[in-house]
Amino acid sequence: MTEKEILLKVDGLVKHFPIYKGGLLKKQIGAVRAVDGVSFDIHRGETLGLVGESGCGKSTTGRNILQLQTPTAGHVYFEGADLVTMKHEKLRVMRRKMQMIFQDPYASLNPRMTIGQIIGEPLLIHGITDKKGSEKEVENLLSIVGLNPSYANRYPHEFSGGQRQRVGVARALALKPSLIVCDEPISALDVSIQAQVVNLLEDLQKQFNLTYLFIAHDLSMVKHISNRVAVMYLGVLVELAPREELYNNPLHPYTQALLSAVPIPDPSVEMKRQRKILQGDVPSPANPPSGCRFRTRCPLAIDICAQQKPETREVIPGHFVACHLVK
Amino acid sequence: MADLLKVQDLETHFRTREGTVHAVNGVSFHLKEGETLGIVGESGCGKSVTVMSMLRIIPMPPGKVVGGKAHFQGKDLLQISDEEIRRIRGAQIAMIFQDPMTSFNPVLTIGRQLTEPLETHMNMNRAQALDRAAEMLKLVGIPNPKDRLNDYPHQFSGGMRQRAMIAMALTCNPQILIADEPTTALDVTIQAQIVELVKRIRDELGMAMIWITHDLGIIAGLADRVAVMYGGYIIEEAEVKDLYANPQHPYTLGLLGSLPRLDESGPHRLTSIEGLPPVLYSKPTSCPFAPRCTYKVDRCLNENPKLIKVGTEHNVACWVNPATGKERK
Repeated sequence: MTEKEILLKVDGLVKHFPIYKGGLLKKQIGAVRAVDGVSFDIHRGETLGLVGESGCGKSTTGRNILQLQTPTAGHVYFEGADLVTMKHEKLRVMRRKMQMIFQDPYASLNPRMTIGQIIGEPLLIHGITDKKGSEKEVENLLSIVGLNPSYANRYPHEFSGGQRQRVGVARALALKPSLIVCDEPISALDVSIQAQVVNLLEDLQKQFNLTYLFIAHDLSMVKHISNRVAVMYLGVLVELAPREELYNNPLHPYTQALLSAVPIPDPSVEMKRQRKILQGDVPSPANPPSGCRFRTRCPLAIDICAQQKPETREVIPGHFVACHLVK
Repeated sequence: MADLLKVQDLETHFRTREGTVHAVNGVSFHLKEGETLGIVGESGCGKSVTVMSMLRIIPMPPGKVVGGKAHFQGKDLLQISDEEIRRIRGAQIAMIFQDPMTSFNPVLTIGRQLTEPLETHMNMNRAQALDRAAEMLKLVGIPNPKDRLNDYPHQFSGGMRQRAMIAMALTCNPQILIADEPTTALDVTIQAQIVELVKRIRDELGMAMIWITHDLGIIAGLADRVAVMYGGYIIEEAEVKDLYANPQHPYTLGLLGSLPRLDESGPHRLTSIEGLPPVLYSKPTSCPFAPRCTYKVDRCLNENPKLIKVGTEHNVACWVNPATGKERK
């Protein structure tokens, strides 16, 4: 792979949520280890897909990257500067360059603000334009995301799910960021609307040279939009590779099972497929298995998997995997 | 094979403050013995309302089944008495729902809820019913079924709850199982477990099944026939292979084009369907898909197409042949 500028570097990110017991004299009795040592890079202009099942820590990773939550440990370097140790005022300025699109377009827009106010708010807060200038910019943003500029005075409830998600995209674009964390931006939408939003995200990426961290559980959509894909399981990264490599040559048993579980909309293909079906459920992140986190559901697990945590190794250039069984 | 269930011209309205919503507008389909019918469509297309109307579990008011017939075992489900339909629901026609979290009663044990249909429909006593319930839990792959009967729904994980729901639906050996998006709330690996489970049980028991979903991926490996719904109409129905290989309605084409596929290679653009699905406040006089359709001709705006036969078991409601882009003869 050619050397590209690394926009974001996540290094050993850890986020534990403490579990308390007792009311007045509460004491910590454990922690939900939502994210437990995650490292990856994102290059400028690329889309990194982050996939995993619910509760695997993918959204928490996204939030911790943007410092919406304070990581328990680890570092997040954005354009070379560490966001975790950064002073508040400096971080606020940095935030202009990184924005987020949320999953639920019904919950992430304030119902008492017009969409013009919602999209214009970041411009005013960061003092980029005055009120007049922001109105103009809002109209511009609305037309960029494919909404009629005259909608600026309407309220979120007047829009459908897909249109609201476009408003969310316009808000994220307002400050001309270089990184956008898309946290399951399409999973609340209908199939025909999903394609509209994904096409919009792709167009905007080309137009503004955006970098995406695309968090999702839909492996087909992640394959469609990403350049590289990272797979998470129970708070850790199990595999990371360029898109074609990951989907054609998945090495981790979890990735293999995940890919085999995805239905393909073609009956003649479906009839011939041999599925690898995982047994059981994802264990609780408050009490993860020793050694390899996946070993309790892994069809190939051997003794060493329970004793040692597998290191993440680069087995083929650009293809990282954390599994004892991959040589 | 004989038709087990035959639904004709089913029509359901909902009265709302904004006006009467025409949710189902004359839907007809049939289900043969041992067959799996997939009903596919986006939210609000009327797919759930169709089967709920047929089983008379629509909240009335605001809902109202205004017309149609649903023949099952020589009776019209829409005409028989409440007493009679209660004997069919849960016994001969069972249903599993989308959200396993909200479809169990949280304050009753799983055992209590699983035995209820057995005591109601099969006249079993408590001990017999508990034995049968444990047997069903075992069938759906829940370990220690006898002990788990004393658990409450919150003690089950999402996937296990859906398994328990399937067990509950199957306790009375139904002839028809209706599954209303049973895997939508589940993760993909759990979804694969549930789909395999249902397939296995279906084949063992020889049940007929109606599987409602918005996911054209799942239905590809599950159904024998598929009906695609839009705006309260079935707009295309075909055998599963035929539908995917040779879709005839522009909406079906659009849906298939807007799905990224795991086995595709190289970047390409998804074909999205512009615009939004309709909410019908009156019975449409034009094709309900026309505003979003790229193939539309004048006739689409003046006349709502009826289902016409385009192949064996393949019907489509469209004036245009998408292969030629011209009006059908």
